[in-house]
Amino acid sequence: MIAALSEVEVDYPRRRALGPFSLEIGAGEIVALVGPSGCGKSTAMRLLAGLEAPSRGRVARTPGRGETAVVFQAPTLAPWLSARANAALPLALAGVGRTEAAARADAALARVGLKGAEAARPAQLSGGMAMRVSLARALVTDPKLLLLDEPFAALDEITRRALADDVLALWAQARPAIVFVTHNVEEAVYMASRVVVMTKGPGRTAGEVATEAALPRAAGFRTTPAFRAQVEAVSALLSQGMAPV
Amino acid sequence: MTRLTRALAPFVLIAVLLAGWEIACRALSVPLYFLPPPLAIAQALAADWKPLLLSAWNTLSMALIALVVASVLAQALALAVGLSPIMERAVRPLAVVLQVTPVVAIAPLVVIWAGLDHAGRAIVALAVVVAFFPIFSGAVTGLKAADPDLELLFDLYGASRLQRLTRLRLPSAVPYLLEGHKVAAGLALIGAVVAEFVAGSGEAQGLAWRILESSHRMQTAEMFAAVLVLGAMGAALHAILEAAERAGLAWWRGR
Repeated sequence: MIAALSEVEVDYPRRRALGPFSLEIGAGEIVALVGPSGCGKSTAMRLLAGLEAPSRGRVARTPGRGETAVVFQAPTLAPWLSARANAALPLALAGVGRTEAAARADAALARVGLKGAEAARPAQLSGGMAMRVSLARALVTDPKLLLLDEPFAALDEITRRALADDVLALWAQARPAIVFVTHNVEEAVYMASRVVVMTKGPGRTAGEVATEAALPRAAGFRTTPAFRAQVEAVSALLSQGMAPV
Repeated sequence: MTRLTRALAPFVLIAVLLAGWEIACRALSVPLYFLPPPLAIAQALAADWKPLLLSAWNTLSMALIALVVASVLAQALALAVGLSPIMERAVRPLAVVLQVTPVVAIAPLVVIWAGLDHAGRAIVALAVVVAFFPIFSGAVTGLKAADPDLELLFDLYGASRLQRLTRLRLPSAVPYLLEGHKVAAGLALIGAVVAEFVAGSGEAQGLAWRILESSHRMQTAEMFAAVLVLGAMGAALHAILEAAERAGLAWWRGR
């Protein structure tokens, strides 16, 4: 187990954001969180990251400091820093020396296919490239738990599919546990070994759909009947979770 | 052809307006003290350009000194405020009162404190008061303007308060500081001129002194000349600051 939420509830002033909601993430597992807007997916992510405490319920986490990484919907890069310095940020904050941090950042950038762009500033990068820098920054500490909060939502379909395959390839190298939030059912089924569907807010579990096919996916997985069936199953759970209680 | 026409259009309009002004003054025999024709103003400019430039420098240098002082004070205070929310609560109302009080209203007080023989000090102090707020306000806003998701990342990686300040909040504040300084520089110039009207110029005779002096003598053409120099100086300062802001932003985001 890498992280677990048991019966957590999060109350914000005037409204409940999440729960009661339970979720256990095993080591090396890829889990997709799917649900309607405002169901508390991002709140669940912050709980898993240890950035927020629940109002009720328990959060258990095994990763130590620097072993959890988050990628947001926007690249969230510092505009005044080069791609290298952005990717090296977690190391710099942990007090790793300049030379070593730069070398590790360059290696992380190379892993996400950005060799040669180390000195570029975010303003000089395309949306897809900036997202890759963000991914490199997340990978630079070799995290045990990687949280992706709608990471490809702002990208076009081609870039998004390319990045999904890249994330799976990167996962295959070090096998961190990955939890990612998405609105895109096909993306969820394509990338995750387990799709957790949430109800409308405050989110509870509407159901789960597991995928047997091996990760990373074989070419053409998107056209198999199994893929279609799972997309349909997730969609059915989603519309069920949207219905008024 | 169209590009040339476009580039020339404002100059043509100005020329037409000036010509109309000149002709109207002559045709209607407007007295010189009431409204001098453009040629008379040009003659005043040509005759007095040396003292006018000296006065312009006097005013500008006081505005620039005030800008530097205001910049140091405002940023130091903004940093203190940025580090402690309780300080912000304490300082905000005072800063606002300082901002909304017309500089003319406090000028006599400042003149007394600076010493009646030190008009220059009073002018700088008053220009500082005017230039302070935009820099302070920009700095306080800028220090809080960091991307909230980047703030979350700093939480995630356990950044210290110092790391958060030097690696996130200060760099994030740069565009706001540039904007604040641009606005403050223009205000410092206005502040210096207004203060000069109230406090007098002392030894260093600034442009406001020229305007007042010509006014007392009913030398309206000379007044116009001084106003013209002031306007030109303000426009030049504005252009320089715009360029500086653009260059600063380009450096900040690397393009």
